[in-house]
Amino acid sequence: MLRSELVAKLASENPHLFHGDVERVVDTVLEEITRALEKGDRVELRGFGAFSVRARGARQGRNPRTGEGVAVQAKHAPFFKAGKELRARLNGGVDPGE
Amino acid sequence: MGKTLTRADLIDALGREVGLSRNDCSDLLESMLEHLAKTLEKGQLVKLARFGNFSVRSKRPRIGRNPKTGVEATISARRVVSFKASQIMRERVEKG
Repeated sequence: MLRSELVAKLASENPHLFHGDVERVVDTVLEEITRALEKGDRVELRGFGAFSVRARGARQGRNPRTGEGVAVQAKHAPFFKAGKELRARLNGGVDPGE
Repeated sequence: MGKTLTRADLIDALGREVGLSRNDCSDLLESMLEHLAKTLEKGQLVKLARFGNFSVRSKRPRIGRNPKTGVEATISARRVVSFKASQIMRERVEKG
């Protein structure tokens, strides 16, 4: 499913709303989540899952084309963990645990 | 570090940014999450441009270990969600 398909589906379920407003809702939700992570905050959506930021240590990387070693600086990376309810739905109704 | 946003915060933001009632905003957020969950439940990929992709991966059963007690246990076969943030999101988050 693509962003545009999600918007189309939500718009068709809500004929009383303008397509453009539905699109702005989807854009705003995704932008707010990104903005929170940018600040280092967490976003917890019960049942669905939680977005957080994880610290990644500096490491010795490699240029895949030349095979040359390059230093990769420590950085922060977005992380998503599925919620209990979503884990259960993916596994026949029973959450198999973490 | 510290703050945790919830549905209520997202609905507040929607109220500010989009000229819809709080009720409509709340319903749309819920339907949006439900569509994402339903798509993943079917094992299908969710691709949200500029945000990231959610996919479902099947894991085989394996022997794991409780890191606290050291006791071995079988971890059952399962389906897990994996999220890969877009290049745009990764660049925005990495300095944080």
